[in-house]
Amino acid sequence: MMARTRAEKRRMLEIKNLSVSIEDKLILDNLSLSVNAGEVAAIMGPNGSGKSTLAYVLAGKPAYKVISGEVLLDGESLLELEPNKRALEGLFLAFQYPVEIPGVAAMTFLKAALNAQRRPRGESDLTTPDFMRRVREAAQALKIDQEMLRRPLNVGFSGGEKKRFEVLQMALLEPRVSVLDETDSGLDIDALRVVAEGVNALRSPKRSFVVITHYQRLLDHIKPDVVHVMARGRIVASGGPELALELERNGYRDYAEEAA
Amino acid sequence: MAIAITLRRLRNSPMTAHVVNRSVAETTLARQFAEQERRERSPARAAAFARFAAAGLPTRRVETWHYTDLRAWMADAAPFLPAPTRADVEVARSRLARRERFAAGPQLVLLGGRFIAELSDPLPIGVSIAEGVAAHAADDPLAALNEALSPCGYTISVMREANIAEPITLLHLGDDASSCSIYSRTAIDFDVEARASFVEIFEGAHAGVQRHSATILTLAEGAGAKHVAVVGDEPGLHIETQICELANGAELTAFGLISGGDLTRRQIFVRMLGEEAKASLSGLALIDGARRADTTLQVVHAAPAGTSREFYRTIVDDDAIGVFQGKIIVEKAAQKTDGAMKSQAILLSPRAQMNAKPELEIFADDVVCGHGATVASLDPEHVFYLQSRGIPDDDARGMLLEAFGGEAIDRVEDKLLVDALRARLTAWLGTRKAKT
Repeated sequence: MMARTRAEKRRMLEIKNLSVSIEDKLILDNLSLSVNAGEVAAIMGPNGSGKSTLAYVLAGKPAYKVISGEVLLDGESLLELEPNKRALEGLFLAFQYPVEIPGVAAMTFLKAALNAQRRPRGESDLTTPDFMRRVREAAQALKIDQEMLRRPLNVGFSGGEKKRFEVLQMALLEPRVSVLDETDSGLDIDALRVVAEGVNALRSPKRSFVVITHYQRLLDHIKPDVVHVMARGRIVASGGPELALELERNGYRDYAEEAA
Repeated sequence: MAIAITLRRLRNSPMTAHVVNRSVAETTLARQFAEQERRERSPARAAAFARFAAAGLPTRRVETWHYTDLRAWMADAAPFLPAPTRADVEVARSRLARRERFAAGPQLVLLGGRFIAELSDPLPIGVSIAEGVAAHAADDPLAALNEALSPCGYTISVMREANIAEPITLLHLGDDASSCSIYSRTAIDFDVEARASFVEIFEGAHAGVQRHSATILTLAEGAGAKHVAVVGDEPGLHIETQICELANGAELTAFGLISGGDLTRRQIFVRMLGEEAKASLSGLALIDGARRADTTLQVVHAAPAGTSREFYRTIVDDDAIGVFQGKIIVEKAAQKTDGAMKSQAILLSPRAQMNAKPELEIFADDVVCGHGATVASLDPEHVFYLQSRGIPDDDARGMLLEAFGGEAIDRVEDKLLVDALRARLTAWLGTRKAKT
C-alpha cells in the first residue's frame, strides 16, 4: 500500500543500479534508491556499509569511480556534472567532517556560495546589507554566534558548531535534496536538538532529505517517512520509522548476513 | 609543524674562495669598480670590493647560495645607470603623476638608486634623510658588492621617541630605457624608543635591469620598526640585501612580497644583539613562468630572551622555481631564545619546483626553537568542499590561494598595508586566471 502512495508522488532523487569503487575496491554494489519530493528518507547501516561513499558520490567527490548506474535529481542526470553544478541543481551535502579552511573567512565563503548560485540564474550578487540580514536571521535560528562567523571557515569550531554551520549553509542555499551524512556524530543532546530543529524548519513538500545515520537517536528528532537499511553497498531493507526502532533493538547483524 | 634541532659547529670561513678564472661578469664588475675608483677613491669601498673579489659571484658551492647559481646565471654585468639628467627627472615626474600610490603617507623617490628631493614629499617631524651610509661588513659577496658599487647611499634617521603614524614609502624607480645595473643603499636608523613603518617599492624595471639594493635597519633600545618590501616589476635580476640589528627590547616586523622579476633574491641578515628583542619576518612569493625567487634568511640570536618568528609562503606555477633558506643561529649567550620558522609552498603545476631548507644551529641549552617546511598542492578536500557549495573549481582554487597568501600578508599587522598587499595578491591571482 505504501509503495502505491509513493509512486504517485514525484521522484526527487532516483538512484538506479549504482556501482562505485575506490582504488579498485567495490563500495557501492548495484544500489537503487528513490526519494520522493517532500520525503525524509533515513539510511541506516553498519560501519563500512558504504553510507558515506553514497553521500560523497552524490555530491561528486573526485577519486570515486562510478562503474555503472545513474543518479537523477528531479529527472536530471547528475553524475556527469561537476560538484558545483550539482549544487546549482539543488543538491546539498552536509558533511560528516566539515573541513577547516584557514584564511577563508566564514562570511566570505557564505557570500561566495550564495552568489555562485545566483549568477547562473542571471540574478545580481546580493548586496552586503541583504546578505548580512539573511545570514543573521538564519544564524539566530540555529543559535550561531556572530563571533563564530567572523572566524575562518570551520577553524577552531567545536564539533557542534561545525554541524550547525553546515545546517546554516543548507538553510541559506535552500537545496531541493539535502544529504545529511552522520550529522548527529559528535553532537551532545542540546546541539542535536538545535540541528534537528534547523532541519525540520526546512521540511517542505518541495524538499527532500536523505538522512544518513548509524543510530536511531537522530531519528527521534528528525522523523523519517521511510527508513532504508544499507549493508555491503546496497539497500537491503526498506520500511517505515518502526524499522529504525527494530534496528536499535537487534543491531545490524541480520542485515549484514542477508546481504552476504 | 615538524620540529627538528640540529647542533653544528660554526664554520670558520663561510665564504668559500673558489674563483680560478674570472667569469665575464666578474671581469666586467672588476673593470666597473676600477673606473669608479679612478673617479673617486674610497678605502671603504675598496675593502668591500676586495671582500667580493675574494669570493667572486656565488655558485652552488656557497651554502647560502646553493639553489641560486648566480655565477652561471649572470652572463655579464650590465653597465651602470648614469645619474639621472633633468630630462630623466621630468619623465619620472609625469610617471609619478599618473601612478596610484601603494600606501598613504609621505613618499621618497629614488631614481636609479639616487634620492631625488624635488620628486619627494617632505618628511614628518622626527625623520630626516642625509647622504652617506656607514660601512657594514655583512658576510655575503653580493652584500659586499652592493657596498662597493652603490652611489653614495642615504641614511634615514628616526629620532628618539618619535612615533610616526603613517608609513614612509621609498619608491625605487627603475629605468625602462636600456640594459643597466642599478645599485642603491639605504640605512634606516631608529633611535631609542623610535617607532615608524617603511615601505620599499621597486617599480618600473624591465628585463634588462640588474638591480642591487641594500637596506640596513638599525634599531636602538626599545625601537619599533616595520618594513615592507614590494618587488612587483620585471627586472632581469633583483638582489636585495637587508641587514638588521636589534638592541635591547627592540621589535622588528619585516615583510617581503615578490610578484615579478626573472631572478629575485631577497637575503635578510638579522642580528638580535640586545636582550628581549623581537623579530617577525615574513614574506610571500608569487612566481610563474620561468621565474626564480630565492628568499634566504639568517637570524642570529646573540643575546638572551629574544623571540624570532619567520613565516614564508610561496605559490609556484608553471616552470617557476622557489627557494627558501632560513637559518636560526642561537649563540651560547642567547639563553631563553624562542624561535620558530616556517616555510610553506603550494605548487600549481607538475613542473613547478620549491627548494626549502630551514635550519637551526643552537649553542645555548635553554631555548625553544622549531622549524617546519611543507610543499604541497592545493588540498583537494578543500577544493571539493567549496565546490560542493556551488563555487566553480577556478573560483574555489582562487579563494584558497588568496587565503594561503593572505595569511602571510596578515603578519604585517597594519590594516592599511595589509589591504594594499592583499590587493597585489588579488591582482596577481587575477592575471593568472586570465592567462588560463
